[in-house]
Amino acid sequence: MDPHHKRNQLLSLAGMCAIVLFLLYAQTYGTSYDVRILNNCALFIILAVSYNLINGVTGQFSLEPNAFVAIGAYTSALLTLTPMEKEISFIIEPIIWPLSVIHIPFIFSLIAEGVVTAIFGFIMGFPVFRVRGDYLAIVTLGFGEVVRVVANNAQTVTNGPLGLKGLAPYTNLWWSWGFAIFTVFMISRLVKSSYGRALKAVKYDESAAEAVGINTFWHKMLAFTCSAFFEGVGGGLLAHLITTISPTLFTFFLTFNLLIMIVMGGLGSITGSIIAAVFVTWGSEVLRFVEEPMHLGFIDIPPVPGMRMVIFSLILIFLMIFARNGIMGTREFTWNGVIDWIQKYVKPAGKGT
Amino acid sequence: MSDFFAATGLTMKFGGLIAVNDFNISLSEGEIVGLIGPNGAGKTTVFNMLAGYYVPSEGSIRFRSQILNGRKANEITKLGIARTFQNIRLFSDLSVVENVTIAYHCRIRSTFLGAVFRLPLYRREEKEMYEGAMNLLNEVGLSHVTGERSNSLPYGMQRRLEIARALATGPRILLLDEPAAGMNPRETMELIDLIRRLRDAHRLTVFLIEHDMKFVMKICERIKVLDYGTTIAEGTPEVIQNDPRVIEAYLGEA
Ligand SMILES: Nc1ncnc2c1ncn2[C@@H]1O[C@H](COP(=O)(O)OP(=O)(O)OP(=O)(O)O)[C@@H](O)[C@H]1O
Ligand SMILES: [Mg+2]
Repeated sequence: MDPHHKRNQLLSLAGMCAIVLFLLYAQTYGTSYDVRILNNCALFIILAVSYNLINGVTGQFSLEPNAFVAIGAYTSALLTLTPMEKEISFIIEPIIWPLSVIHIPFIFSLIAEGVVTAIFGFIMGFPVFRVRGDYLAIVTLGFGEVVRVVANNAQTVTNGPLGLKGLAPYTNLWWSWGFAIFTVFMISRLVKSSYGRALKAVKYDESAAEAVGINTFWHKMLAFTCSAFFEGVGGGLLAHLITTISPTLFTFFLTFNLLIMIVMGGLGSITGSIIAAVFVTWGSEVLRFVEEPMHLGFIDIPPVPGMRMVIFSLILIFLMIFARNGIMGTREFTWNGVIDWIQKYVKPAGKGT
Repeated sequence: MSDFFAATGLTMKFGGLIAVNDFNISLSEGEIVGLIGPNGAGKTTVFNMLAGYYVPSEGSIRFRSQILNGRKANEITKLGIARTFQNIRLFSDLSVVENVTIAYHCRIRSTFLGAVFRLPLYRREEKEMYEGAMNLLNEVGLSHVTGERSNSLPYGMQRRLEIARALATGPRILLLDEPAAGMNPRETMELIDLIRRLRDAHRLTVFLIEHDMKFVMKICERIKVLDYGTTIAEGTPEVIQNDPRVIEAYLGEA
């Protein structure tokens, strides 16, 4: 259908090479701090893009990603820790049997946590999608809380509040960016397909979607389960990046962070989610200074932990009032769009000189 | 009674309000049947029951030897009964052609993985959906606006787009809720031709609600009249036009 298909594929390939070169550069010359920020960017791209699938594309305002990320993180940690390490970690009560002996390579654990989280998402979808709108948000919020409380109390599985420590730092730039690119690729393929159109139909008008024969329940389940899969793998990557996980990591704040990203990017736009994920991740590093003690001439400001969250919340409020469509609205990056834009703004200028 | 489509004893209660009482309709293949009545008579409620949006308090609906009671709206569409809405319900932000391709989705055989990986079956189906949509848009006279956003179209065109979208689901029965509302007299007359043409080309049976009497009398072969949820008359346009109870119901309203 698109006459520029070949050209666009080449451009995508070139873009991919550029990313690989950039990562190589970052890995060779970047400080460990740079690398950490880049890893965080990739992880938040994964989480935001998959959250956007259910919240933005399908329009089902839900608040569960912290639950999915937690499930993914715990699953992967329990699978990659060696039996020995687990025995040492679980000091209060020993870990239950099959988990105590299972030990699989990182790559298989990624697949496993995706599948496990997807299964959780699928089961959870049945009660969740019996309700709509505000109720949907509340039910999913509750689910996130339940998962956190379970993580805190299921001593023999999660090691309770102590969490799991000493995970191997498997997640490097290649894993994080590789999977981020994979996530973006898969989800944009899905969104651009007939199934994606059906998801948008559910978002715009559920009654009309039913009228054209779309089973709205199963399509919401599809989006939710896919979202869970990618959130789960993202959680596993996160666990092996920070190497220590505990229930406090997976509070509502994680969801809130992701919510800011997808709203800022434009609900429904994958491109927007990516831009906002990078912007917020990088921005919260830059803004680190606001939480430190400051000396402004005569005034000494004490450290204010959580100040960055306040700033991001203010940005979110500002966006909701003045720019509800976010950075991208529902638009997406396309090579055709870029080239049209270049031809419109760059060529005339070039001719003039 | 026809074994193609028959609804018997349909009753819809909303709390204490009986919106539709003991409604019966049977359709034969290829007919164009009208449902008229003053505002609030219960016409849209009848459609909502037939299309699976409301669960009737009483009564049964049969379509080609299948009982439709209790089926979901999307299942009923897949079985071959498509509808349009009185208050146009297009997918407003999407393009005209996308609005129609969406409606083919319920019949595709590709799984979502087949779609994500663009397997040959999916690519063929995607092409078929697109071509089918373009053909339907051509039939309803919208081939010049396929790339526009659907909510940028004038009313008359939006109504025709909704018809094209309903047709894409491959229906045997088409339920049209006030298809001429918002159209000017010329568009209304063109709509008569269009509905007849579509009925012949797609072997449809049409059941429609409309307030425009000229339109109804001209296009319908048979008409049912509702007033306060009760059927007060039924027959050919000539019979209906001269029925004293119908005249009273309409005059009483004015
Ligand atoms: N979901 C509902 N809940 C409560 N009452 C309803 C509901 N749907 C319809 N009604 C009531 O049922 C009655 C019939 O409504 P309906 O929409 O079927 O009328 P109509 O004949 O289509 O009228 P119009 O010509 O104005 O479209 C009205 O009194 C309406 O208020
Ligand atoms: Mg009505």
